Amino acid sequence: MLTAQMVDRLQQAFWDTLVMVSVSAGVAVALGIPLAVFLVVSGPGGFLAAPRLNRAVGWLVNGFRAVPFIVLLVALIPFTRLVAGTTIGVWAAIVPLAVSATPFFARIAEVSLREVDPGLVEAAQSIGCRRWDIVRHVLLPEALPGIVGGFTITVVSMIGASAMAGAVGAGGLGDVAIRYGYQRFDTTVMLVVIAILILLVSAVQFTGDLAVRRLKVR
Amino acid sequence: MAGASAILHRGAAVDAAAPAAAIRKAGTVRLEGLGKTYVSAAGKVVALNAIDLDICAGEIFGIIGRSGAGKSSLLRTINRLEQPSSGRVLIDGQDISGLDETGLVALRRRVGMIFQHFNLLSAKTVRENVALPLRVAGLPAAEIARRVEQALGLVGLSGKGESYPSRLSGGQKQRVGIARALVSRPEILLCDEATSALDPETTGAILRLLRDINQRLGLTIVLITHEMSVIREICDRVLVLERGELAEEGPVWQVFGAPQHDATRALLQPLQHALPEDLACRLRKDRRDPQDHAIVELGFAGLAVPDLARLARLAGDGPLRLVLSQIDRIQGRAIGKIVLALGPMTQPDAFAGVSDSMRVLGYVDSTDG
Ligand SMILES: Nc1ncnc2c1ncn2[C@@H]1O[C@H](COP(=O)(O)OP(=O)(O)OP(=O)(O)O)[C@@H](O)[C@H]1O
Ligand SMILES: [Mg+2]
Repeated sequence: MLTAQMVDRLQQAFWDTLVMVSVSAGVAVALGIPLAVFLVVSGPGGFLAAPRLNRAVGWLVNGFRAVPFIVLLVALIPFTRLVAGTTIGVWAAIVPLAVSATPFFARIAEVSLREVDPGLVEAAQSIGCRRWDIVRHVLLPEALPGIVGGFTITVVSMIGASAMAGAVGAGGLGDVAIRYGYQRFDTTVMLVVIAILILLVSAVQFTGDLAVRRLKVR
Repeated sequence: MAGASAILHRGAAVDAAAPAAAIRKAGTVRLEGLGKTYVSAAGKVVALNAIDLDICAGEIFGIIGRSGAGKSSLLRTINRLEQPSSGRVLIDGQDISGLDETGLVALRRRVGMIFQHFNLLSAKTVRENVALPLRVAGLPAAEIARRVEQALGLVGLSGKGESYPSRLSGGQKQRVGIARALVSRPEILLCDEATSALDPETTGAILRLLRDINQRLGLTIVLITHEMSVIREICDRVLVLERGELAEEGPVWQVFGAPQHDATRALLQPLQHALPEDLACRLRKDRRDPQDHAIVELGFAGLAVPDLARLARLAGDGPLRLVLSQIDRIQGRAIGKIVLALGPMTQPDAFAGVSDSMRVLGYVDSTDG
């Protein structure tokens, strides 16, 4: 059975995971959506066409997505120190998590934005919408179900990635599973962590699906 | 009847008062040497070539032409969704080619547009859709609410404000589109195949609504359609485009009554009734027997009046049978043709002058019933 100490440890790990994932997910939304909007409106046929800059940003996004998270975690250490002021702990893990989740989410959001019917943009122009009005009233609201669906996928994959945060001493559920379950052969801890992760992921997926369905029935 | 006389009245008014109205009222469009060339990876496409055109304030102006003729390109230069490659577009005398974003936004509040697929925002309610033009214009909320209510009332959708577009029928969606286009009180309304996605009954209702708006608000309407009946029912003048060139243009009764261009004739072909098969196969080129009946086609292009009593008098005692009749009343004028079978005692020449054109199609035996 689990000792009281282990229960405490698990509780702490659960909160650490939650904090890491939610803060970096927040950053991914705050940066990823503007990035996606930029990629769409500056792309070919967009109303703010800037092909060079568009291609440059596209390459940058692809570059970050190509690097595995565990490598990013280490490679970003100088940057993490600059931003978080430390290279260990929860906040040190949030930086690389956000850096890896932002381009991932931006690409997914970009796809949803591109799927918005160009006829709607045209209609908006015809009624006197400015560029910003079109982003705000047409692109974002019309793409919202797809963006929310993409956000769900992003969060789920971030829960997975956060398991590696132990590498910078950030703790979290994955770290507990590896340290106690794998390295000390405590199968119970391992199973409990797996159960918690399954529940967490299911809850995220369920909430996301529900939100998408709500948005789509309109 | 009321509808027909309204058309007659309006048709006449436009004929007579057009030049004066063009100067006085808002809502005129002038195209000068308008050209549009699309350049893409696949090459250059000349969509419009040197189009000169004047659209008067308050008229309903139709644009027809085959697919790819350049109709949409022309319409879209009027609110600068498309930038012309050459020539000028003048709205109420103002050249719109040099407008910056602020100028364009102002222009588009004076020129509304509706679309074949309605293009309503699915994430907004009907009310929010209609309110959007005013919201982005920064009007106070109370004023927006008042005008949105007014616009919804005008298109007959007063109770539907809280619905989402996906819950509406095609006809209702187009009404929302019209309300959205009208809420900023434009002078000109552009319609790109606005009824193409609707069934005939709904099409009729939308056309009545457009005509009603045109008369009540004095709005200029420029519409594209593939349905000749739409032109016949509500347009004052019509433009025929062919491969980016202006093929012909004029009052609907004139263009439909006496088409000058092959493209026009091809477009009007579906409206023509052919001679019934049983008659066509027995038709001979010349008279072989004095007892033969002559088959005569009288064409009406809007000038002559099909006066049945006069025709009967000209036929004298002989039989005069009506074989085919296809007379449309367009802008109060008779357009079309009637085909008559004349008895042996009646000379076809006697009918010269009763119609705008006369043609002997051939002769048939007297024996048939
Ligand atoms: N954005 C574009 N890029 C390249 N070519 C275009 C573009 N838009 C239209 N064209 C071409 O210009 C020509 C005229 O097109 P337009 O859409 O004006 O025709 P249309 O008369 O409206 O046809 P339809 O009845 O099918 O709507 C066509 O040959 C079309 O392929
Ligand atoms: Mg078109």
